[in-house]
Amino acid sequence: MNESESSGASVGTRWPELIVAALLVAISVLVIKDSLRVGIGWADDGPRSGYFPFYIGLLLLVSSGWVLLKQLWRWRAADPEFAERGQIGLVISMLIPMLVYLGLIFGLGIYVASAVLIGYFMFRHGKYGAALTLPVAFGVPLAFFLVFERWFLVPLPKGPLERLLGF
Amino acid sequence: MEEFANLAHGFSVAFTLPNLGFMLIGITLGVLIGVLPGLGGANGIAILLPLTFSMNPTSAIIMLSCIYWGALFGGAITSILFNIPGEPWSVATTFDGHPMAQQGRAAQALTAAFTSSFVGAVFAVILITFLAPWLAKFALKFGPAEFFAVQLLTFCSFVGMSKEPAAKVIAAMMLGFALAAVGLDSVTGTLRMTFGSTELLKGFDFLIAVIGLFGIGEILLTMEEGLAFKGKSAKISPKVVLQTWVEIGRYWKTFLRSTAIGCWMGITPGGATPASFMSYGMARRTAKNPQGFGKGEIEGVIAPETAAHAAGTSALLPMLTLGIPGSPTAAVLLGGLLIWGLQPGPMLFVEQKDFVWGLIASMYLGNIVGLIIVLTTVPWWASILRIPFSVIAPVIIVICAIGAYTVNNSMFDVVMMMVFGVVGYLFKKLQYPLAPLVLALVLGDMAEASFRQAMLLSGGSLAIFWSNPLVGSIAGLAIVLLLWPLWGALKSRVRAQEATA
Repeated sequence: MNESESSGASVGTRWPELIVAALLVAISVLVIKDSLRVGIGWADDGPRSGYFPFYIGLLLLVSSGWVLLKQLWRWRAADPEFAERGQIGLVISMLIPMLVYLGLIFGLGIYVASAVLIGYFMFRHGKYGAALTLPVAFGVPLAFFLVFERWFLVPLPKGPLERLLGF
Repeated sequence: MEEFANLAHGFSVAFTLPNLGFMLIGITLGVLIGVLPGLGGANGIAILLPLTFSMNPTSAIIMLSCIYWGALFGGAITSILFNIPGEPWSVATTFDGHPMAQQGRAAQALTAAFTSSFVGAVFAVILITFLAPWLAKFALKFGPAEFFAVQLLTFCSFVGMSKEPAAKVIAAMMLGFALAAVGLDSVTGTLRMTFGSTELLKGFDFLIAVIGLFGIGEILLTMEEGLAFKGKSAKISPKVVLQTWVEIGRYWKTFLRSTAIGCWMGITPGGATPASFMSYGMARRTAKNPQGFGKGEIEGVIAPETAAHAAGTSALLPMLTLGIPGSPTAAVLLGGLLIWGLQPGPMLFVEQKDFVWGLIASMYLGNIVGLIIVLTTVPWWASILRIPFSVIAPVIIVICAIGAYTVNNSMFDVVMMMVFGVVGYLFKKLQYPLAPLVLALVLGDMAEASFRQAMLLSGGSLAIFWSNPLVGSIAGLAIVLLLWPLWGALKSRVRAQEATA
């Protein structure tokens, strides 16, 4: 999303606007197609399943199509700033650990993954030493463990470590 | 009056030491749940519901409803200080509450929010106490057409009153409706838009969307601005509280109007979220300087908070008298009543007097206890803000992940929550409003069901929405609100022509 002809420092809204509107148009086509599949008319017992979503899809198509066409129409107009390149970099530096965290929950359970995430952030972004990072990184998931597994009796995803400890 | 005798009896039930203790625990847990962005009133109560099965039903519902009041209060704290609405109904509170905090008037904003919540709730409880029989009879006349007209009114008011471009408001709203339609169609049993995936069978839960859009989306936005977390600190002193009380006394009209909107939206299952937005929009429309709204106008805090709390409280009225919940949280409470073996409905008032009037009395007491607790403990809740962003950000991500997981015990929901987070970030940057999306997702199934029932009654003719004065006036008002921006544009164009002529 960072392709833009404008000078290197910032990214314009032109492409993000176009991509989001195009995605919404695509969703509306999916909705309309699926509504047509299940039927938009009337059956013996009343409106079919696609009756209501069909019009929803139609309205979504019209509104997002309007945004899309307007964006194309004004393609050569001034391009307001979406964000600076450095800012996009910061957002991505947040997004990637979040995705890694998601993957870790699948493999290691939510508690170990949370300890890794908190530790990474404090160490990498907060520039804290191990003396502060380690207690927080381990203490917070431990507190959540006590609150959810012990107090609220809500089981959360667990991994090999919890199994080793007998939970 | 019979109501006074009943209420006095109710107070004697609620005003016992154990029940007051449960109130305290409930309010404190509720504020905590309201402050944490991942946990909400509905799923917080759902998580705590099993803990109350061993208690007697009256104490249990007192504690659970106090969690609800606490969550209503707590949502305001994060909205004002963090700009993260802890609950969907406190989204409107961020519009002016957060700018006030940025200008160093956080204490005033919080006092105004808490007091408004309290006023809204107390009015709603008075309404429940005295108007329950009459309003129950009125709502009984509501058919599907009337229900759909009310929902239409809510959505049209979004289009008419948003600052964002109308096409984007409608697009966001329709995306919400489309997501709500995913899954099993409960009327015909057909699968819609699941595309063969088993995870999509149960559809998208609005809680997942709320956690992602507001929780994760806000973290991404904050990250973009560097690591400076935009949270503001607050100390509330008795002096500030008194000064603010004097100041907000001038807005008694806003209080009355917002309470009326809130009670109306709570009883007709519009819910607290649309009530807060409608009330905010009305306040801006009638204010002397509408330009000040969104920049830290105290009236912009009073209006949504009063309406949200009035709606949240009065949502219990149809739940108790008719067995129809007025909000998702009321629906969870209804589930609790059934588990305790109490059948909600008109017979509850005859057969379970202790329970009903004990609950109503606890609403008065619970809100007084709640106001005192939040006013005195805000510095403590706000101390979360002194924790640097590099620590609080991953912790919020963890809470969001846990919150998303506990809704349905499904990892798919956690993945969807992250997707919603990215959507929230993009939508905010591109000026797509998030609130209509969430609202459409919450009300989508209800709106569709009432629309289909109305169509069934009329044989597919839209004329049913003009078939009697009640539904006609609601539907008419909806159309007026929908076309409001056109009227404004037309007026300014005419004015511009006159100026050039």
